[in-house]
Amino acid sequence: MEILPIEVIDKLVIIVAVFGISLVIAMYSTLAERKVSAFLQDRIGPNRAGIFGIFQPLADGVKFFMKEEIIPATADKGLFILGPSLSMLTACMTSAVIPWGDTLELFGRVIPLQVTDINIAVLYVFAVVSIGVYGIMIGGWASNNKFSLLGALRASSQMISYEIAMGLSIVALIMTTGTMSIGEIVYQQGGELYGIGALDGFAWNVFYQPLGFLIFMICAFAECNRTPFDLPECEAELVGGYHTEYSSMKLGFYLFAEYINMFISSAIMSALYFGGFNFPFIDKLDLSHNWETIIGVGFFFTKIIAFIFFFMWIRWTLPRFRYDQLMRLGWKILIPLSILNIIITGLVLLLTL
Amino acid sequence: MDNILFFILSALAIGGALMVILARNPVYSVLFTILTFFAIGGHFLLLNAQFLFIVNIIVYAGAIMVLFLYVIMMLNLNKQSEPTQPFFIKVIAAISGGLLLITLLGALRGMDSDKVISDIPYSDIGLVKNLGKVLFTEYLIPFEISSVLFLSAMIGAVMLGKKNLKDH
Amino acid sequence: MVNSQLSEFGIVLLFIIGAIAFVLITLTVSRFIRPNRPNYEKLTSYECGEESVGNVWSQFNARFYIIALIFILFEVEILFIFPWATVFGDEKKIAGTDGLWGWFSLTEMFIFISILILGLAYAWGKGFLDWIKPEPEVKDYQSPVPKSLYEALNQKYLKK
Repeated sequence: MEILPIEVIDKLVIIVAVFGISLVIAMYSTLAERKVSAFLQDRIGPNRAGIFGIFQPLADGVKFFMKEEIIPATADKGLFILGPSLSMLTACMTSAVIPWGDTLELFGRVIPLQVTDINIAVLYVFAVVSIGVYGIMIGGWASNNKFSLLGALRASSQMISYEIAMGLSIVALIMTTGTMSIGEIVYQQGGELYGIGALDGFAWNVFYQPLGFLIFMICAFAECNRTPFDLPECEAELVGGYHTEYSSMKLGFYLFAEYINMFISSAIMSALYFGGFNFPFIDKLDLSHNWETIIGVGFFFTKIIAFIFFFMWIRWTLPRFRYDQLMRLGWKILIPLSILNIIITGLVLLLTL
Repeated sequence: MDNILFFILSALAIGGALMVILARNPVYSVLFTILTFFAIGGHFLLLNAQFLFIVNIIVYAGAIMVLFLYVIMMLNLNKQSEPTQPFFIKVIAAISGGLLLITLLGALRGMDSDKVISDIPYSDIGLVKNLGKVLFTEYLIPFEISSVLFLSAMIGAVMLGKKNLKDH
Repeated sequence: MVNSQLSEFGIVLLFIIGAIAFVLITLTVSRFIRPNRPNYEKLTSYECGEESVGNVWSQFNARFYIIALIFILFEVEILFIFPWATVFGDEKKIAGTDGLWGWFSLTEMFIFISILILGLAYAWGKGFLDWIKPEPEVKDYQSPVPKSLYEALNQKYLKK
């Protein structure tokens, strides 16, 4: 048996790093959420565990591990466990196709900072999103609780409704880029905006697809079940929605999956529409390639954190939709708008060629 | 490596399909169907048919199975309410299933058994771009006609729903 | 190229296996270190302190099924549009046909999408996309304060 080729070891290191980083960021998003909400409501927020409460997520994690688990006697045990596990799994799967940075040249080898660049990456993301419904649906049904089932029903109906608008807004994006590999889409955004030399490195898709970005972002909010779309778990009507019966680590999975989803959708939005790791005037700095890459990664994470903050800002600012308003927005506004967006994109592309 | 993957995927697909009919709880049946679709998707991937793979996941495992789960979860198909089928329906079901099996076996007999899966040359037709080129030039008319099919399906769905909504 | 793409999917598989391992390890670890002292009351399902009545699995609003049915149709159509979107802006094709390819494929898609919109419009027109709206009840409570006074107040502040 031969030793693993060096490329495989590279990949393994990157996979472990991606897992680690997304888990740590999701963990600290929980703290950030509480700090941001405290800031917006003029409170202090958690400040006991360590300075500024930086050990709060660790304390929460330990608590999830140590709490007694209660599986209701009437629940379907196998599916009760499967539900949150699936939720967590689908949340973790997407980060495989996100390009975190350009290439690094180390020890004479070129290492791309991306787990893998499959050429149908956009469709892969779309597929994982469509599988994501099951975690909530199965968990809610298996609990054998009326609140849970109602929450699961609402969640699945909401997610499939917004999936269509999301797919149609991605179609318009693919029309302008002509490729489905996220890596290539990011590279394309390093050019000049509208061909103006002064705007080098600013060819972000958000300037070519403003309407598409807006639709995509609204759908991302809905797919993450974040306020104003958090009807599946709205505590005023449904106790805890689909996770009413859950406790211990399984509840932790559901809550944690939401934060990972938020992180991943922020990453996808910044990669598809906000230039990913590109930053303006990169060539003017005259740095070595490795430094450019490292600064690019820094910019990418800055964009992601800005989006995460935006998610939180929205959550603590806007009230929740009513169900008929939610469905009206999804079916009667977003879908016609995204079809219109496709038509406009097609006409503009042909007229400017 | 490809062969090992092929056998693992085949075992998963056949095992999943068996569990679909053996599982007592219909919800488990649906979940095993999803597993089967994933295994079949893996086969598509081994044949380098990326688009078919992703369609299989999104449409079958993602969309159609959500509808199945809806129907099964909401229609109260648990044990107490499951009606026992009359004997003659069981006989008819066995006959029709057996006929399908015979047809499949006949098709298998006619196949050239020398041709193993790894001999099929890799082609790039399964890549999305090539598929798009063929679909929108050569197979344009069937493509457009399929949209009429979708329209009729949508009207059918609405008609079905109309009856249901009136009952409520 | 082909084989490199296949191994790219292999890496995705590796990634998914890693995610599964993570979930399993977390579940097993928490299983061993948490207490387990169930009793009858703990294991009943939670319905705000009431004894739960009846079964959960009951009939639901048929609109959910219809939404799911229409969703499937749209999903399939989106997947048909994806291959088109990748070849639509193909510069080689456009140059090879004097720009005709672009207009040709755009009209193709116009026809396809307009038939799709027809279906959506039908479902819309039949009212299947309308969800039940809450209608606030108007109480016929007789207030000693006449309604015209409230109305006058409303009008006064409306103008400002």
